[in-house]
Amino acid sequence: MEFREELLRIIEKNSRMSAKELAVILGVSEEAVTEELRSLESEGTICGYHTMVNWDNVSVEKVTALIEVKVTPQRGQGFDNIAERIYNYPEVESVYLMAGGYDLMVILEGKTLKEVSGFVNEKLSTLEMVNGTATHFILKKYKDHGTILGKKKEDTREIITP
Amino acid sequence: MRDPLAKKVVDIKPSGIRKFFDIVSEMKDAISLGVGEPDFDTPWHIRDEGIYALEQGRTFYTSNAGLKELRTEISAYMERSQGIYYDPLKQVLVTVGGSEGIDMALRAMCDPGDEVLIPQPSYVSYEPCAVLAGAVPVIIDLKAENEFRLTAREIEEAVTEKTKVLILPFPNNPTGSIMEKADLEAVAEVVLKHDLYIISDEIYGELTYNGKHVSIASIPGMAERTILINGFSKAYAMTGWRLGYACGPEKIITQMTKIHQFAIMCAPTTSQYAAVEALRNGDADIAAMRESYNRRRRFLLNAFKEMGIECFEPFGAFYVFPCIKEFGMTSDEFANRLLMEEKVAAVPGTAFGDSGEGFLRISYAYSLERLEEAMKRLSRFVEKLRAEKKA
Repeated sequence: MEFREELLRIIEKNSRMSAKELAVILGVSEEAVTEELRSLESEGTICGYHTMVNWDNVSVEKVTALIEVKVTPQRGQGFDNIAERIYNYPEVESVYLMAGGYDLMVILEGKTLKEVSGFVNEKLSTLEMVNGTATHFILKKYKDHGTILGKKKEDTREIITP
Repeated sequence: MRDPLAKKVVDIKPSGIRKFFDIVSEMKDAISLGVGEPDFDTPWHIRDEGIYALEQGRTFYTSNAGLKELRTEISAYMERSQGIYYDPLKQVLVTVGGSEGIDMALRAMCDPGDEVLIPQPSYVSYEPCAVLAGAVPVIIDLKAENEFRLTAREIEEAVTEKTKVLILPFPNNPTGSIMEKADLEAVAEVVLKHDLYIISDEIYGELTYNGKHVSIASIPGMAERTILINGFSKAYAMTGWRLGYACGPEKIITQMTKIHQFAIMCAPTTSQYAAVEALRNGDADIAAMRESYNRRRRFLLNAFKEMGIECFEPFGAFYVFPCIKEFGMTSDEFANRLLMEEKVAAVPGTAFGDSGEGFLRISYAYSLERLEEAMKRLSRFVEKLRAEKKA
């Protein structure tokens, strides 16, 4: 694997490793890591550093909805313009352009069902290019960003000789 | 009452590290660096294939030598990875782990009094298996200054007229040492000169970090006299499935299959179906695990460098083999004190032969976080020992 790709793969899973630690496990100099990170950040390949939180463990009410949105693309703009109109709402977590039965997947986080339905009714479905929506609520997250939630992996290897 | 036991068996020394690890298992918050098996789960698609085989009711014996489908995949794998062709019907035997292959090969090839050359430090079962096969083990002490590689000269010095088999344990457990093509060519010359046979244990063959592993069987003239042992445990993290294989000349494989059929019947069926999937679609898994091991390997080498502990760079398996001679203790004493005082368990080099004296085997089949904590403790311990020495 190339240095750049491998670096990205590692920090995508663990962004808390220091440049020094990364340099050791990648077998390069610390300066090389620092420089690469800086260039990845400035060109926007690294867009941010986040923490994965299992909100189920915290007594904070949170509702996540996946909303399928059918839209009419605009001449000269395709889907980009309408996507922008949607992703600018701060309560929108993610927006993806999809192939298949609908056009945009919008992921929304709200405090309550009411808040989410309010967004769909008042903001999303009133946009003139939006032809229809279907809202799905997430009941439980089992795995997110490649991490299985709620289960801690233990070392169950037994003692064996030789 | 007569003694129910065979002298040959009673005389075999029990594995020295057993007692050590019994202590470890009793000790709370001890960090073990002693395990010789991958910490990864078997990749899901491989496990899934095992489950599917069970669902389909594939719960019968397979043919003695193993599923034809699996032997065909093994043959294809040997061809693409080493460029050696083995006839899947005549030159491949599926075994219960690599260990069974070693046992079967020695039993098929040795008559009483035949000498078997065993380079050490190495995996601990070659010697007892040779004894049980009626052979006489002859130990070759590998040297730190050669990075524990086997040299032609060392073979020459150990060969007698009775020497029949050479065990070739590379990539090596416990040293992590490998043999490169030039090293193997030199060995091949001596092997031809003295008309020896080789049992090449390549169970760690997929875990090398400076280029692809080269099998001795790929050196011209060697496939005809080599039993190549490999398996799924280390490459695919499938230790519990107990599945390995042996490839070699039909003449030897036929006789190994004969013993295998009487002793074992056949390798576990579920595991064999899973292994077909591993060989067909597991290359990416191996690559990912290898990357992971390599990072840990670099981490450990750097940690030893920072501690000022001498350690050659091992390019294979998942072990490093640092030298602890400067502390003036035996490997046993060092390992015991490290366990008692810092609760870190590492295997003394002597568990793998006398030539392991003065060394420790550190396994990196552990997460980086675990290794970091262990190195912190080891570093503290080393400081303490050096301070003691000065005082």
